[in-house]
Amino acid sequence: MEFFSSETKFPFMATRKVWYTLSAILMIGSIVSFATRGLNLGIDFTGGISAAASFTQTVDVDAVRTKLAAAGFKDPQVNTFGGSRGVNVRLAPDPSQDAKTIRQKIEDTLKAIDPSVQVQQVEVVGPQVGNELKTSATWALFFTLLLIGMYIAFRFHTWRLSLGAILAVIHDPVLVLGIFSVTQTQFDLPVVAAILAVIGYSLNDTVVVFDRIRERLESNRRLASDVVLDQSINQTLSRTIMTKVVTSIVVVALLFLGGPVLRGFSEALMIGIIAGTYSSIYISSAIALDCGLTAEHVFPSEKKAAIDHLP
Amino acid sequence: MLEYARWKYILIVVVLLLSTLFALPNVFGDDPAIQIGRADHTNLKADDAAAIVSYLKDQKVSVDKSYVEDGKVMLRFVDTTEQFKARDAIKDHYKEQYFTAMSFASRAPDLFVKWGLRPMPLGLDLRGGLYLLYQVDVKGSVSQYLEGYAQDARRALSVSNIQFKDVTVAVNGGDQQNAVRIVLPPETDVSTARTALTQPFQGISTTTESLPSGSAIVATLSTAQIKERQDYAIQQVITTMRNRVNELGVSEPIVQRQGVDRINVQLPGVQNSAEVVNILGKVASLEFRLEDMSNSAQEAVATGHAPLGSKLYTHTRIGRPILLKREIIATGDQLTSATSTQTQEGPAVSLRLDSRAGDAMLKTTRANLRKRMAVVLIEKRRETTKVDGKEVSKDITDEQVINDATIQGIFSNQFNITGLQAGEARELALLLRSGSLSTPIYPVEERVIGPSVGKENIDKGVNALIIGMAGVFVFMAIYYRAFGLVADLVLLANVVLLTALLSMMRASLSLPGIAGIILTVGMAVDANVLIYERIREEVRKGVSPQAAIRAGFEKAFSAIADSNVTTLIAGVVLWVFGTGPIRGFAIVLTLGIATSLFTALMGSRALVTLLYGGKRKLTRLSI
Repeated sequence: MEFFSSETKFPFMATRKVWYTLSAILMIGSIVSFATRGLNLGIDFTGGISAAASFTQTVDVDAVRTKLAAAGFKDPQVNTFGGSRGVNVRLAPDPSQDAKTIRQKIEDTLKAIDPSVQVQQVEVVGPQVGNELKTSATWALFFTLLLIGMYIAFRFHTWRLSLGAILAVIHDPVLVLGIFSVTQTQFDLPVVAAILAVIGYSLNDTVVVFDRIRERLESNRRLASDVVLDQSINQTLSRTIMTKVVTSIVVVALLFLGGPVLRGFSEALMIGIIAGTYSSIYISSAIALDCGLTAEHVFPSEKKAAIDHLP
Repeated sequence: MLEYARWKYILIVVVLLLSTLFALPNVFGDDPAIQIGRADHTNLKADDAAAIVSYLKDQKVSVDKSYVEDGKVMLRFVDTTEQFKARDAIKDHYKEQYFTAMSFASRAPDLFVKWGLRPMPLGLDLRGGLYLLYQVDVKGSVSQYLEGYAQDARRALSVSNIQFKDVTVAVNGGDQQNAVRIVLPPETDVSTARTALTQPFQGISTTTESLPSGSAIVATLSTAQIKERQDYAIQQVITTMRNRVNELGVSEPIVQRQGVDRINVQLPGVQNSAEVVNILGKVASLEFRLEDMSNSAQEAVATGHAPLGSKLYTHTRIGRPILLKREIIATGDQLTSATSTQTQEGPAVSLRLDSRAGDAMLKTTRANLRKRMAVVLIEKRRETTKVDGKEVSKDITDEQVINDATIQGIFSNQFNITGLQAGEARELALLLRSGSLSTPIYPVEERVIGPSVGKENIDKGVNALIIGMAGVFVFMAIYYRAFGLVADLVLLANVVLLTALLSMMRASLSLPGIAGIILTVGMAVDANVLIYERIREEVRKGVSPQAAIRAGFEKAFSAIADSNVTTLIAGVVLWVFGTGPIRGFAIVLTLGIATSLFTALMGSRALVTLLYGGKRKLTRLSI
């Protein structure tokens, strides 16, 4: 079985201006949404109290919300969790009460709706950890980009490819954040892990295409760069699609069978995989091309210094 | 003809056998278990285990298996119902003689346990338990340290009859207290003062200043000394925390430093958080002081001034304010043991001091027979209140006189504290025994993670993962036929290898770790896809099958290497800079890249060579 039985000849580079525009619109849209709407931050970031409860019958989320509000909890957020009988309750932090009292209060409130309700989990989360995580994640990403840029510049002998790779790596998580912001899907720690995985996938794709570009440039020094890039992308296309299909099988399984805890995680991965495929073609390679990438950059012609050694 | 070096085959076989061995304990799963230890920390023996089991049998609790491990009895049960029944029975029958901890024991054969082969532990998010994060007040510990220097300096100057105006702990260029400042009157000679101070200030750089009236000596700790002191404080807190966790009898606890000045404590299976948090986070130390019996405490309360050389304590458990002498006879960190006992005067804590404190105690009791001595419990805590929407924290030191008694006889390093309630005696003994924690620590985060939700998480996640992987296996076999089957074997080997590494490192598996595994599987699949697509390309060019295989592996190598190295860079950076879940992800990713490189490059090559290498008249490849 094969997706493409002969080499494809899609003119990817010719249409890059169109894709630049699309990317620019998506990026600006993501950033604007991120700046104005922000993210629907999970309890991991905001701090507060998170509780899970399972009812014996289908539960009315609004009723739970009203009851909790009436019990004195400010702005309770209630979502169904793992089917129609489970709810996840998120509450603003309350330093004046300890977890035990809060748990009791939640239990009492929910018992009024269903006497045999089971409160399974009450977590108290400090917001400071969220802040710490933000700082450490920011630094980690900064150093990751820096070191990867350096590694690519070293292995491929040109900053043009480094720049392309770094922009592609920034592109994908920004898009994921943008979509999470627009849809207001809950952003929690597993999603952070997914975004890290997205960065990994995106890098992997970009470098595989770069590797082919390097190989093609070496054997076709006289060919125009955009032709070489098109050839490289076409030649790796069946691998790109095959790998994506295979990873998607796992991600789709997680999305539909992994339960609510992994929902956000698998959504982020799915978006990231699609974005990563696109960015490895239209961002990393195209940017390098527009920065004037030629065979000369990757394989400088050897200087004729040997003459000096002749007798 | 394709050839592959024999040593590479041997290496692959050895690695696979070893990793299968290390990964194997994970297959067996685990049983609910109870760990039982003696409250006085002496080792339990096989007869004790037999006695407990026979008692449980009488109580109609069926024990699946029992054995002694590290001086503790492990009981295993068929299900959690029996486990709970057993715990209640033991608690009721043996009371405070034993402490119990609910845990899980691997179902793997004893041989594995003997060889130290264990399954990888599950993270708290998958298994349930208590997660605590403490902030250690490192600045406070440096200030305390300097306080000690200041006291030594005062003593040294007094002993040498050198006059001084003031000795204070000060800030000298920096954002925290890092120096001791001694102000001298004009008539004091600076150099004689300095000589007198050489002993207490050994190893500290001192400078002198001229003041309008007199001069000052400033002894400043270097940055390295401050760091050393802070590290020491953290280490001490970790040790104390470990002791306290052990006192609680939790199995497989994790106490580790996080970042510069934080300590994270993970207690799997613990659900009664309030009690645990109360004991773990308590910053308490003890001081033994003589009562000042020549002055009236009532008078001091009325005037608001304590007489010279004494200190007034209004917060007491003895029902009246009390004046205590400033000299401290002994402190809590000089304790070597503390146990709760029953005496004629009611519950008591029996104490034992180290030799230095014992000497001081002997001297004091000999000189002060029939006088009274008091015990002061010092507790530190941080209270956070909201002022105008901002969180303001205030450190509170609570000094409480918990006991005051007449010295009945001369004693040195062994004596009792009486006049306590039963529960109090036990808690005080536990706190004292597990080390007085003098460096203030403050809770940053406290989370109880329910085991039922954890169970649901892991079941669903693992099932989805298995189904997804099965889908990948089937798809690879259809798409690449024989080569696809090779890829499947290689992927399986990769998962075994990764499991083995994680089990060996005792790295706990959590949800972000599962994310790491998914990325790793993706990368491993990609490496195989890169190779096979290359082989197909070569075949399409009309190259002979065996040459195509060779060219495929060779040409795909640079792509695989570069893409894995870049991802590896990301993994390592996240491992170094990340905390918590990011780190968990990074560990799995980094190890996973190593295993997938090994399996895809070496394992795959070896299998393909076995399959096609020897065939002389090969015309087609099943790809």
